[in-house]
Amino acid sequence: MSFTYAEDGDVPTDARGGPSRPHPVRFISPAALNLHRVYEQNRQRLQKKDGTKVPDPTTPQTKGRPRLLLMGQRRSGKSSISSVVFHKLPPSETLFLESTARIQKDSLSSFMEFQVWDFPGQIDIFDNPNFTFDMDAIFGEIGALIWVIDAQDDYLEAVARLNATILHLHRSYPHINIEVFIHKVDGLSDDYRLDIQRDVTIRIQDELSDQGVENAPVNFHLTSIYNHSIFEAFSKVIQKLIPRLGQLEAMLTNLCRTCRFEKAYLFDVNTKIYIATDSTPEDMASYEICSDYVDVIIDFTEVYGSWSRSENWRERLEGEPWAQPLDNQVACEWAESGMVLADARRPIMLREVDKFLALVAIMKEGSYEKMPQINMNVDVVVKGLTEFFEITKPKDVIGGGPPSAGLV
Amino acid sequence: MGTASGSVPGIDPAAAAAAHAQLKKVKKQKVLLMGKSGSGKSSMRSIIFSNYLARDTRRLGATIDIDLSHVKFLGNLTLNLWDCGGQEAFMENYLSQQRAHVFSNVGVLIYVFDIESRDVERDMATYVNIISALVQYSREAKIFVLIHKMDLIQPTTREDVFDARAALVKRKTAEAVSIVLKQKPEQGGQQQQLQQPQQPEPSPTLTTSVSTTSLNNADPSLNLQLFATSIWDQSLYKAWASIIHDLVPNLSVIETQLASLGQAIDADEILLFERTSFLVVSKWTSPEGERNPYGDRFERMSNILKSWKHTCSKYTGTPRNAEQFSDFEYKMGVTFSMFATKFTTNTYILVCMPPGEARFNSAKLNVAAARPWFKFLDGPVVSAQPQPQQQ
Repeated sequence: MSFTYAEDGDVPTDARGGPSRPHPVRFISPAALNLHRVYEQNRQRLQKKDGTKVPDPTTPQTKGRPRLLLMGQRRSGKSSISSVVFHKLPPSETLFLESTARIQKDSLSSFMEFQVWDFPGQIDIFDNPNFTFDMDAIFGEIGALIWVIDAQDDYLEAVARLNATILHLHRSYPHINIEVFIHKVDGLSDDYRLDIQRDVTIRIQDELSDQGVENAPVNFHLTSIYNHSIFEAFSKVIQKLIPRLGQLEAMLTNLCRTCRFEKAYLFDVNTKIYIATDSTPEDMASYEICSDYVDVIIDFTEVYGSWSRSENWRERLEGEPWAQPLDNQVACEWAESGMVLADARRPIMLREVDKFLALVAIMKEGSYEKMPQINMNVDVVVKGLTEFFEITKPKDVIGGGPPSAGLV
Repeated sequence: MGTASGSVPGIDPAAAAAAHAQLKKVKKQKVLLMGKSGSGKSSMRSIIFSNYLARDTRRLGATIDIDLSHVKFLGNLTLNLWDCGGQEAFMENYLSQQRAHVFSNVGVLIYVFDIESRDVERDMATYVNIISALVQYSREAKIFVLIHKMDLIQPTTREDVFDARAALVKRKTAEAVSIVLKQKPEQGGQQQQLQQPQQPEPSPTLTTSVSTTSLNNADPSLNLQLFATSIWDQSLYKAWASIIHDLVPNLSVIETQLASLGQAIDADEILLFERTSFLVVSKWTSPEGERNPYGDRFERMSNILKSWKHTCSKYTGTPRNAEQFSDFEYKMGVTFSMFATKFTTNTYILVCMPPGEARFNSAKLNVAAARPWFKFLDGPVVSAQPQPQQQ
């Protein structure tokens, strides 16, 4: 893509060219315009403050909300990923997504406030001689850079661009986590997947060590929007952004030991990303069943819980045979659920922690009879978790001041 | 279902006796599944009755000639499902040599249209031929037309596309019927008379629903229902639930008993599912439950529970047709509480309750106690073995 940037007041030179031009040379995409606007704003702001002051790039930035940056070649599936994970779009509907022309910024109010920036793929921000983007505005507060590679396509060019990006970023922002999603692996055989992963890993590491960059923080994930792998990969990415993850995991491990759980997950309900799990080895199967359980609960809640009942329904329920306000009739004001699998009577339980989080656990066989005790233990842990998020939340605000409004 | 709870009587002994008489003879219903090749007939069948996932249906090959399968449903209803290959050579064969064999004694015809088909004219011509043959050999057959693969249409235009296609199908059906009637006026008149007593035959509760939804403006004797379906969402369950609904024997008994159970335990809503397919067999809703704005909740529940079942079978490693969970309970604070549990051998029951621990626990006990009322659902033969799996 070759476009030249017009100076203010410049008259387009191709205006006299007549209608027979094959393509507009001076075409400026909306994305470029927008990026330029962002760039200008930031430049003016910096100049106003202090021309010489440059933020120290060597300390990791924790200001504002952590940001996930989705980048990659065009048509590699970045917008599909963000729609499926953060907007619950069914994977089959992503066929209809338009091509992204400008940076798509989503901010998510969840257990932790973070934002996702979806980058247009056709623009190469480093390889643009005419104007440069404000790197600091884009990469300054970044939590992780997610680079998407289409595994079903020829990926050599994508790998080359990824290498260039890493080298550019490594100089000024060495703390950025780079997560490579080798995407669209659903159509490939298992062997071929591993081959691709190995190939991409070797190419990147070779290139980086040739350039003298050792131990760059690059991680690889095999993903597809048609199964749970994309959610698992995002979980791994987000877990790195959580302060004091160790304590959270210790709490869950403790719960698992006392209640004889096989596996416990702490889920972000909206995105089905798990933000912590206990210390037993992770397996895809138990993650799948737990996250599908969250789905089932959400669906039931939507159908039966999202509309308000009439006043005399409530009156009747609080009336004679029970004679108690409805709030006193229930044991727990948050959602709680249990299900017994038919094989070996293995129960699964779910308990809502707060508006965003839910605890899901798979129990050992035959522990359904001890459900009341387990519920009490879970109650205590839930209380602990709520406290945990109470404590960690204000810290973020103190560290970062008021949430920066200019970025959204 | 518009069964108002106020007008529901208790269990009528006469109705119960009739039900017992009825379940003595095992019903076999001939169901024809037809449509152009590649329109998704076998995919539907595999998803509903063989517990395939939508994405697994890509592996299905073309159906050669007619694939016969016997699907056992609720113990006392056996569907004789004729999955007809859709290549034109087969179609011509059905219409000529096998005409009488294929189209006689048909209970239900399910005709599938591919919405993406490029040659609509030709599809319609084939459809008209099929309808003519059907009207000729089994006049009282119910016709379900499924406009399939709706997921390939942009969501915003789906409704318009479906409406346009539905109008076309209705017109063609009316044309086909009138042509047959004109061609054989003496036979037509004769059959018309046979046709008359057909209306009051189904049980009283059934007729209300049929007469309001299924009569088309072209020919009152022809039962035509249209559905927009896709294997990727719950619309498939809506279509098949209403196909099955009309075939279930003892439906009135099930409905009255479900209503009295619902009133006894003070529930908001009760759904009864078939065990393997998770199609809604029957449902009861209290006046308060009727206020639920989600009109499509029944097929949604089928879809949710069925996909949950798949997840479980993947996790536990048990076969897909086996039962996957025995108990489910969910208490949503002061909003509602619900439970789903294995009910009879062939059914699951899902009960949505108002909140309250005591109410919830007593309802669970009561539902367990009500199991003997519904024993007849398991049919005259106690079927302990799982449903036969068809390929």
